Amino acid sequence: MKYAIEMLHIRKEFPGIVANDDITLQVKQGEIHAILGENGAGKSTLMSILFGLYKADLGEIKINDKKVVINNPNDATDHKIGMVHQHFQLIENYTVTENIILGKEGSFILNKKDASQKIKNLSDKYGLNIDPDSVIEDITVGMQQRVEILKMLYVDANILIFDEPTAVLTPQEIDDLLDIMRGLIKEGKCIILITHKLEEIKAVADRCTIIRRGKMIDVVDVKSTSQSDMASLMVGRPVNFKVDKKKAKPTDPVLEIKNLNVRNSKKLLGVKDFSLTVRAGEIVGIAGVDGNGQTELIEAITGLRKIESGTVTVCNKDITHLPVRDRNEAGVGHVPEDRQKHGLIMDNNLKDNFVIKDYYHAPFSKNSILQQSVMKEYGQKIIDTFDVRSGEGLNSLSGKLSGGNQQKAIVGREIMGNPKLLIVVQPTRGLDVGAIEFIHKQIISHRDAGNAVLLISFELDEIFNLSDKIAVISDGRLMDVVNTCDTEERAVGLMMAGVSSKGDK
Amino acid sequence: MRAKKYKELKSNNFIIAISAVVLGLLAGALLILLIGQNPFAAFWYILKGALMNVRRIAMTLAISTTLMLVGLSIAFAFKTGLFNIGASGQILAGGLAATTVAFAVDLPHVPMMFLIILSGFAAGAIWGLIPGLLKAFFNVHEVVSTIMMNWIAYWVVFYFVPAFLKGPSLETESAMLPYEKTLRLDWLTNIFDGSNYVNAGLFVALFAVIVIKFIMDKTTLGYELKAVGHNRYGAEYAGIKVNRSVVLSMMIAGGLAGLAGVSYYCGYSGKIQIGVLPTQGFDGIAVALLGASSPIGVVFSALFFGLLKAGKGFMSGNTLVPPELADTIIAVIIYFTATSVMFRKFWDKRFKKINEKHNVYKSDSNDIEEDK
Amino acid sequence: MWETITQIAPYAVAYTIPLLMGSLSGLVSERSGIINLCVEGYMLVGYFISALAISILQPIMGNAALLAGLIIAMIGGAIFSLLHAFASISLKADQVISGTAVNLIATSLTVYIARNVTGSGNISIMLGIVRSDVPLLNNIPIIGKLLFTNTYWSTWLCIGIWAFFWWLLYKTSFGLRLRACGEHPSAVASAGINVHKMRYVAVMLSGALGALAGGVMIVTYSGEFNGSVAGLGFLAVAAMIFGQWKPLGILGATFFFGIATTMGNVSQLFASLSSFPPVLFKVFPYVITLLALVLFSKSSAAPKADGEPF
Repeated sequence: MKYAIEMLHIRKEFPGIVANDDITLQVKQGEIHAILGENGAGKSTLMSILFGLYKADLGEIKINDKKVVINNPNDATDHKIGMVHQHFQLIENYTVTENIILGKEGSFILNKKDASQKIKNLSDKYGLNIDPDSVIEDITVGMQQRVEILKMLYVDANILIFDEPTAVLTPQEIDDLLDIMRGLIKEGKCIILITHKLEEIKAVADRCTIIRRGKMIDVVDVKSTSQSDMASLMVGRPVNFKVDKKKAKPTDPVLEIKNLNVRNSKKLLGVKDFSLTVRAGEIVGIAGVDGNGQTELIEAITGLRKIESGTVTVCNKDITHLPVRDRNEAGVGHVPEDRQKHGLIMDNNLKDNFVIKDYYHAPFSKNSILQQSVMKEYGQKIIDTFDVRSGEGLNSLSGKLSGGNQQKAIVGREIMGNPKLLIVVQPTRGLDVGAIEFIHKQIISHRDAGNAVLLISFELDEIFNLSDKIAVISDGRLMDVVNTCDTEERAVGLMMAGVSSKGDK
Repeated sequence: MRAKKYKELKSNNFIIAISAVVLGLLAGALLILLIGQNPFAAFWYILKGALMNVRRIAMTLAISTTLMLVGLSIAFAFKTGLFNIGASGQILAGGLAATTVAFAVDLPHVPMMFLIILSGFAAGAIWGLIPGLLKAFFNVHEVVSTIMMNWIAYWVVFYFVPAFLKGPSLETESAMLPYEKTLRLDWLTNIFDGSNYVNAGLFVALFAVIVIKFIMDKTTLGYELKAVGHNRYGAEYAGIKVNRSVVLSMMIAGGLAGLAGVSYYCGYSGKIQIGVLPTQGFDGIAVALLGASSPIGVVFSALFFGLLKAGKGFMSGNTLVPPELADTIIAVIIYFTATSVMFRKFWDKRFKKINEKHNVYKSDSNDIEEDK
Repeated sequence: MWETITQIAPYAVAYTIPLLMGSLSGLVSERSGIINLCVEGYMLVGYFISALAISILQPIMGNAALLAGLIIAMIGGAIFSLLHAFASISLKADQVISGTAVNLIATSLTVYIARNVTGSGNISIMLGIVRSDVPLLNNIPIIGKLLFTNTYWSTWLCIGIWAFFWWLLYKTSFGLRLRACGEHPSAVASAGINVHKMRYVAVMLSGALGALAGGVMIVTYSGEFNGSVAGLGFLAVAAMIFGQWKPLGILGATFFFGIATTMGNVSQLFASLSSFPPVLFKVFPYVITLLALVLFSKSSAAPKADGEPF
């Protein structure tokens, strides 16, 4: 059996961790081969080795039975390997053409016209619908991804790697992408799909290699393997995806947003006439594709962005124009989207990070002098209650914790502050299943204690799992609010794409 | 029963500081060799020039005083994430204000000292306030704006001194301040054998170090400023007013440098010269960096650089080595502290071998790292 | 009034050109993603090397020594910039501190060596460029008198260099890659380009340009190395910000600052301006710079990855 590409007994170590431990991957020509694993399992490392961004410590790579050496992306490109990265490698203020020809200009003096023509031809051939002269920052995320695909096609790549391609797409865009993949296979290419999304594997992959904690577990035939079997192999134990939760008992409104208008960084309206109510004892999840106003909405509520018009009230207190600290005191807690930028001060230890919202008042400080023993006691309580694991306990530098523990620290800090309104944005991004389950439990028990929770997530599963009500945002507008039990993913997906339940856009 | 746990050796600020100093001195030695002179002789003359007798020690202390205050200013700003390269201008502002007040007002010696200290601090604070406001509200990078403020101060002094503070003879400097209007103290001067330089600025500097250390370590203000310095986004998210912190930090840093100006122009010297941009403003950067921006580190660092500065004249008088050698050594030390990553890696590798021999590292933890 | 302007014009141009090269030096480096606060240091190095080289070569080579001095200065600047390049790129040091350190090293090292050559530390050259008129062009009404009479040939050399870099940055694959390094270095790396190598080249080019600025000062209006360029390097950086990191922008910005500096320096010579207190003229360029920074720093078009080690 001749394989298009083989990675045999690959081992890659980073300081303190073995990312790939004797992994073997074999992909046939004309197949879509999925690599399934949790976040942190080692999938991206493996593909980075294939693409020449890392060098394996042990093992070899073969293409069509011949051993090859790949030291850098140029070698990979020479061997007709192409990669669409999870985080797009695109220059925002360059055009499509400029991005594609970067590194392959062909001559010292730029010739953009010929290149643009070639790109247009490729775009037409594969149905990608891209204008070569458009600027990257002006086109949608879905189109940007297709530019990444064009980059591969421009150099005649044959082995196409897709790294978590659907994280940023609406359900409809995901369908389009899967169609494009099938089209590419028809042209004789082979595809490696890195993902942790089981439905997509089921939809389009032929075989699937499962990786757990750096080791290869199994290679399964997708058609004959169930999603729950694949999930169990991925995690190492039987997985129950549904979260155990009682029915919600909502009472008084806690958060009331009325006719909110917020400008984004481009001075356009990012949030348009948005109104929403969240009651104590319920979880409202906002579903939407990243970039449709969620960021601006949350920044407006938490005080990080000015509000153009409209009001935000928390427990009947108008916080529309209050500074951040006053909102915190009014009972707003916030688990931010970017834990490294906003959630924690990476260079501070845990003890200092736990009090960052409260250090200035009693009992954490008296007459402007910090009360270290009080801080220590409080911090230890958070560590114990929320199982935050670290090398040196309270004295560990936050930057040294794993992503999961950083997130637990942030969630712990926010919940321990006992906010009447808890806002969580992408609370389980990049975390392994164990941490995800834990954090979901914490969010639900905060709701059960009689508080309001506003959840923003780009993973529909999470929205459906946790929320009692689902609000859909598209292009800054509220499309609809529905009870979770009264709807399902297809319908929500349509709304996310801007199709209202009344049928018009 | 477990054997006593061996403490893990890690590279730390002190080792990095020493490494930078050693490399700086090596570079200096190289430069001396290049012009055909003897490095050992040169360094020996520096030491002698600084420490040879009580009067020289006093001069060294007085020079270190100014450096300590400037270093403190810059270290303080660094902790808040700001680069105060405008210390020279703040020194001039502080010195000018203090001298002007001294000539304008008549008070007994001790109250006079407090008055000039206060005015120097205030003037320096104002000189730091402006770049602080520009940074907080207009996103103007403080390096460029403070350099502009340096030159504005330079020219203000250039014209103000001959116009208002001139002495009977010279056009290029102010009149000499009488004893009661300076930071000089008779009993201090007598301890040091009648030194022309030693002054109460030393106590001001040490007091400032203690106050700043207290603020940084124990108070809510210090907590806020450090948070902003590490990560202004995280601080903003938590409710800390970042703009206020930036402005306050530049004011305090400016004030400290203003104090340095008072210690220099009304203590070390008794007059203010025009046409000079005080090099202490840049030497202070070396002091802060070498002291790893910690107040105690600044004290030792200032003494070290004070020694170099005090001795360089003696060295160039007794050898053919130009005094700029000392400044070059200082600049090279700054360079190497900026590249401290290199030292950390070097020493970490050395320590890793020692640590491994003693089995310091635990077995691998259960946590998976983020997807790479 | 017109007389004053035509008399000032050659000085204004003479002050502008070093600023233009200094600003270009900053631009090339920062467009590749390396913060450049060491223009002052590069200028000093060029100031020193050209003074030294020309003073040695002029007795032998005559006027050709001037060009030779400039070229030697540029080579020296490129080599000197390796200090900053090595620290910033290979050692991933803080680029602001590294740049400051490089400035300070330049300041003290040049004087240290100069003192060994001449006891005072000042090095002067015998004769700079003799001003002359540009044939044909100087007959154009108005502009001819302003821009094409009494000019230095170094001015035209530098404008040519500026134009060359504009072409290089926007019309060649080298420029496409260089600018990409300043925006998104990982995208450049995944395109198979060696980001570190590109940045080294960019920093060395910026070193050469900064040194050229210093050299031009010697052969036009200064004539003597005296250990300081009076903050001109930082004015050049401010002009780069003011010009929003674009070649056309810095041309306008440096011209503006050049005029401001000129007014500061020659105000005493002109009766019409001597009624104002001299301190105002001296601080004028710096105050103007502050105002310009206020206006232009908010909407910063700085390269996205500027200052982030890769």
